[in-house]
Amino acid sequence: MAKQIYFEDVEVGTEIGPLEKNPTTQQLVRYAGASGDFYQIHYDKDFALGNGLPGVILHGALKNAFLGHLMTDFAGEHGWLRKLSAQYRGMDQPGVKIVARGKVTKKYSEGGDHMVDCEIWLENAKGEKTTPGSATVILPSRAGS
Amino acid sequence: MANKYVTDEARKQIGKVSEPRTYEVERGAIRRFAEAIEDPNPRFNSERDARKTRFGGMIAPPTFCRSMGSPIPNVKLDMPTFRGLDGGSDWEYFVPIRAGDRITAQSKLVDLREAAGRLGPMVFTVVETTYTNQFGEVCVIQRSTSIRY
Repeated sequence: MAKQIYFEDVEVGTEIGPLEKNPTTQQLVRYAGASGDFYQIHYDKDFALGNGLPGVILHGALKNAFLGHLMTDFAGEHGWLRKLSAQYRGMDQPGVKIVARGKVTKKYSEGGDHMVDCEIWLENAKGEKTTPGSATVILPSRAGS
Repeated sequence: MANKYVTDEARKQIGKVSEPRTYEVERGAIRRFAEAIEDPNPRFNSERDARKTRFGGMIAPPTFCRSMGSPIPNVKLDMPTFRGLDGGSDWEYFVPIRAGDRITAQSKLVDLREAAGRLGPMVFTVVETTYTNQFGEVCVIQRSTSIRY
């Protein structure tokens, strides 16, 4: 695992990630099985085309999970992901690399916790943010706790 | 302009709750979920490695609750046919969900509104699900928006 990041290491503008994901149709099937979301637009191409889609598309919730992965990696073992939000604005298709990134937008202490707010997103090969979101993480302090 | 589908009468459904449902969190289900999202973090994948972390054992990844498929309140709308879209989710995390936990999920309709879209009226349904462990601790609150158009 990456080494622990501390509250003191972070400033507004600190970059998070990138975390690259290369979703395949196989991953969509595995996610369907693991999550119980069997809506056919995620694995049946004919069904997806019949629904006016360009082909099978990623589950919004899978993209949400990629942002969760980005943030639990950032928080490290001694941090805690407190809030996570994702909005599914654009479609993503398997076979196309997507990258999860973020940056710190606010740094503060509240109720004894050292917190950072972050803007996070998934971007496609064209640099379009298909899945914008936000997160709040509690980080450990070098001063203890 | 008056709403076509989300009438004052329809909005009376806000606050409606689903039956609570309890799930046993299996270690294998956590690992399969982590494998499906390709997150190799030891705390989601290996009991042996997770025991060496501050969590003391395997815990669930942030969006694992999706796999519980908890029932959502049935929202009645006079909308004969529609397509559905998942709009997004907002999560709050309080206490880790651990392998072996018994998690009770209960959902509540917290918002129902209509907006004009390019293809006609769009209905936004916001459901809040609270996941509570066997000790009565709230672990996760999820707010999900779905869109009908």
